[in-house]
Amino acid sequence: MSAAMIDDLPKLKAQLRRAERLKKLKALALIAPLVIFLLLAFVFPIGTMLWRGIDNSEMQLALPQTAQLLQQWDGQNLPSAEVFKSLASELPSAQKSGALGKYGRRLNYEDPTLKTLMTQTLRKMPIEPPSDWSQTLPQINPRWSDPKVWQALKNTAPRLTDRYLLASVDVERNAQGDLQFVAPDKKVYLDIFQRTLIISGTVTLVCLLLGFPLAYLLATLPTGTSNLLMIFVLLPFWTSLLVRTAAWIVLLQSGGLVNNALIGLGIIQEPLQLVFNRFGVIVAMTHILLPFMILPLYSVMKGISPSYQRAAISLGAHPFKAFWQVYVPQTLAGVAAGTILVFIMALGYYITPALLGGPSDQMVSYYVAYYTNTTNNWSMAAALGSLLLIATLVLYAVYNHLVNKNPVRR
Amino acid sequence: MALPIYASRTEKIWFWAFRIFCGLVLLFLILPILVIVPLSFSDSSFLTYPITGYSLQWYREIFTAGGPWMESLKNSLIIAPFATLLAMILGTLAAIGLNQAHFPGKGLLMALILSPMIVPLIIVAVGMYFFFATIGLLNSYTGLILAHAVLGVPFVVITVNATLQGFDYNQMRAGASLGASPTRTFFDIVLPQILPGVISGGLFAFATSFDEVVVALFLASPTERTLPMQMFSGIRENISPAIAALATLLIIMSVLLLLVMEWLRRRGEKLSQAGV
Repeated sequence: MSAAMIDDLPKLKAQLRRAERLKKLKALALIAPLVIFLLLAFVFPIGTMLWRGIDNSEMQLALPQTAQLLQQWDGQNLPSAEVFKSLASELPSAQKSGALGKYGRRLNYEDPTLKTLMTQTLRKMPIEPPSDWSQTLPQINPRWSDPKVWQALKNTAPRLTDRYLLASVDVERNAQGDLQFVAPDKKVYLDIFQRTLIISGTVTLVCLLLGFPLAYLLATLPTGTSNLLMIFVLLPFWTSLLVRTAAWIVLLQSGGLVNNALIGLGIIQEPLQLVFNRFGVIVAMTHILLPFMILPLYSVMKGISPSYQRAAISLGAHPFKAFWQVYVPQTLAGVAAGTILVFIMALGYYITPALLGGPSDQMVSYYVAYYTNTTNNWSMAAALGSLLLIATLVLYAVYNHLVNKNPVRR
Repeated sequence: MALPIYASRTEKIWFWAFRIFCGLVLLFLILPILVIVPLSFSDSSFLTYPITGYSLQWYREIFTAGGPWMESLKNSLIIAPFATLLAMILGTLAAIGLNQAHFPGKGLLMALILSPMIVPLIIVAVGMYFFFATIGLLNSYTGLILAHAVLGVPFVVITVNATLQGFDYNQMRAGASLGASPTRTFFDIVLPQILPGVISGGLFAFATSFDEVVVALFLASPTERTLPMQMFSGIRENISPAIAALATLLIIMSVLLLLVMEWLRRRGEKLSQAGV
């Protein structure tokens, strides 16, 4: 090796590193457009939506100084005269800018009478500012001398709040700031979450019970036959969700095929209520999600050699024992993948329960839509949505972990 | 998994019980789809069996120019192709990039790219509803195209990624060393080989947009009403055989999709085998 070449070696290394870095940059440049697109059109919108679940800026926008003063107030007795003055001086401009309207809606969640108190006070305020507002305001309405009113206002003063997140699990803060469950007649959300989990869990379990044997059959049949039968799985998979939902209405309605067949067989006399209730939702969701259980199971089972099971039987194991102790454990990766996948998808269902269920069969998604469209309680929609999203993402992480450890091909 | 001749009586019973059970599951999967087809030719306005007379009136109702079905079909045929195209371009580029280099955080990036498939649709819908309202994309074709492109992109990345597994990157170097520009290398060498993956990803994206209703319900006004939205309100308000006629057409479309996908899969297998 000549001296010149040895001198070149570090240069060569640097060149190689630069080439490697350039390759990485090129790869990143190819990925960047999609990532930027997803950040702008997907991550950012969802992020800002969820922010509404903890956002409490209404008072700070409408009455900034009063909000600041109220946060310093200890919440005992009545706030100082300075707070009264600040409120009285900020109210008119808040009304002019329109910020008071939004704050009024926020106040409604604390106490529905407070909004009226605000507007009524505004109407009756003297034109000449009095020397002491802490005297004048209670004269306009005696409620201003009630510490509870000021405590309610204080609740709306901080920038962030946990009230919506707490409310979405039926918890609230009492006057002392301690957590407690809401009154039993106001409990709604835990019931909705429970219902969502029960429906998703039932659908997942039924999918596993129906899907496991079928996947086993498909994986062990000769290729020609199993490809033919695979059409039965893939055709529903490719068929529009709405078509399948409509088909189940046709099948299950009171004059539908299922009822007619049962009456024809003499099993029942009167048509059964099979749709627009929990039963219809579970049947249709199972039908829609079953391919998502069968496909991962099938691909895992396809890779399992039958020789282990044969070896167990030849060693004297009963065929059932061989199946249960030798075959089934090898399928667990597929079982886990299929189960989590179906459960995740079921959790977020909206259309099928909306079309096939009754009022007591609606899941979390329905209430997110309801609060967004019907009652405009966007904070509550965001809080319920974040709990749904967190549950989904946690399960997705578990799914990724399982699938990456034991690769499942689709 | 045939039954051996020496099988015992209980084994035979279990074998047939198992087969009958699987047969019933297959019936459960396919029956709902088959049941709706004959009803679309019924002359009655109720979706019930037995069918007393046959007519094509429901197909006529669907194909009435200017009617709600054709208008919504037109909207879907504007939105789905553009969304598919956008998803195909962004997804293919990203899949190539993801395959070319290893860098920290790649797993996380992949999880981000695939997450539109996992995040509940209602959350995507409400998030985009607020965001598009502030930037003026609510009730516009552009908004729906962007939203559906987001939902379709994971499928393109997955399928292109799968076809790239067997791709030999030395071919790109060979192309470059012979003087081809990167663009020319892509179009003449890479694209023809990964085309099955790009097209099947595109078909997934198209089917997603063509069947998507939750996000559309939030982002579209009656002017941009898509076919699934029209079906949704049809099923909800008054389920008529016109729905069955449309369902039949959509089932024919899914059969075609299934055939094309199968053809692409076989072609992809052949290509990757030839590559080895």
